[in-house]
Amino acid sequence: MLAIVGTVPDIEFDLSVGLVELVKDQLCLDGKTVSVNRGTPALLGAAIQTLAVFDKKEVTGFLAGDIGLGDGSRKMYEYLVNTASLSGIHTLVFHYLQPDADWQNKIMFTLQEMQDKPVLIADAGFMYAAKMSGAATGYDLFTPDAGELAFLADEHAPHPFYTRGFILHTDNSVADLVQRAYAHDNAARFLLVKGATDYIMNKDGELFRVDSPSQEVMEAIGGTGDTLTGIAAALISTGMDIPMAAVAAAKINRVAGQLADPTPATRISDIIDHIPTAVACVLKERT
Amino acid sequence: MFNFVKKKWLEKSAGSKKDPALADHGFLVFENTSEVIQAEKLLKLNGWDVRVMGPPPEIQTGCDLVIFFPLIEQLNIIRLLETTSNPPLQVVPVTDPLLTPVSLFQVKDFGDFLMVRAANMKITIEKKTRIIVNISGGGCPDVPYLANEMVGKTVSSAPDPLDIGHTLCGYALALAFTEVKNRCLP
Repeated sequence: MLAIVGTVPDIEFDLSVGLVELVKDQLCLDGKTVSVNRGTPALLGAAIQTLAVFDKKEVTGFLAGDIGLGDGSRKMYEYLVNTASLSGIHTLVFHYLQPDADWQNKIMFTLQEMQDKPVLIADAGFMYAAKMSGAATGYDLFTPDAGELAFLADEHAPHPFYTRGFILHTDNSVADLVQRAYAHDNAARFLLVKGATDYIMNKDGELFRVDSPSQEVMEAIGGTGDTLTGIAAALISTGMDIPMAAVAAAKINRVAGQLADPTPATRISDIIDHIPTAVACVLKERT
Repeated sequence: MFNFVKKKWLEKSAGSKKDPALADHGFLVFENTSEVIQAEKLLKLNGWDVRVMGPPPEIQTGCDLVIFFPLIEQLNIIRLLETTSNPPLQVVPVTDPLLTPVSLFQVKDFGDFLMVRAANMKITIEKKTRIIVNISGGGCPDVPYLANEMVGKTVSSAPDPLDIGHTLCGYALALAFTEVKNRCLP
């Protein structure tokens, strides 16, 4: 089973856990609804659309309302450590959460205690917390974009906001930044680096790259990184190995984007609508 | 088994010189002790988990006390201190007090649209109307909230993330937003 932990930008949305449904461009969980417009809801929407092709509908959401004050995130951290049952989860994704190194550590200790530890994926705020607390190597997959890769590569930066200019500079190659991130133990077992070209890397270097179909404007559209992580997580939860899932996800995200005929003003929900077609198309090509 | 794993991991953390309890914190540096005490009182009254301690050697300015605070909430904390005319002289990360906020912007021209990136945050406007059409990147929970509040509004009518944001991602978006304004407003 795939489980996704994150927040939604609604302070009225109390902590909720359960199976998530996608109805048009709304996610439904425990009687509450939230738009798939970027962030964790976009990741969930993409994962649900991907699994629909496999006739699998079970995606568990761990969601709490948080607009940046950290209250919803802290409730979620406490719930995960003290109350939640995480058994039976094959793939566990941590996403938009207020970065907090101390809580990240407590969650990692909880996960280390499990008999069958899930495949662990971190993106967004929780990836920042994992790096800050020196726990990055405990994760299976990080999915940074260019700015976040520079942050992982900067062993001193506690947040992307403080990444040093000489590392953030665009002249640095992805390979150099990845090597630097691994040299300081600031990367997961695999990295899916999102960008004009998507790179699948590990400590030994580049495994694969995906650069077509190319839609340059995708970079401007809020949520395209979230959908890529959601598709990859969904594929991994079906048993696909991580590098293969990352390659397929990168391709699927691009094809879905192309089908939406995007401009920089496109909404992510328009791309999510095309994911099932893109999944079918890419997986057919691979067989 | 668990204790063994935990011990090994803590050893590794120590070996890498990262103290997990400190890595996501910062120091607020003030002019004098009186300002430190006032700020500490205000922040504690407002529910923040802060404490007063001696500064690291890298900090050359200010008094001999600093406030230790959760760095991710820098934007929120500074905003509160500014309401009482007691802003800090400096805000620095514990991991390296010499680090400064990003000052490098990446600009991409999509023809009718312009995108500006600061650190991990990107903002895109339509040039003709100056309407914010998208906000992307970031990982803190105020990013989707800020996008909801800003997208669809013009650059001059949209709220500033410095006023309504809460985290360092919000702060990075504010830098990108200012850069957009510098480039497209007369």
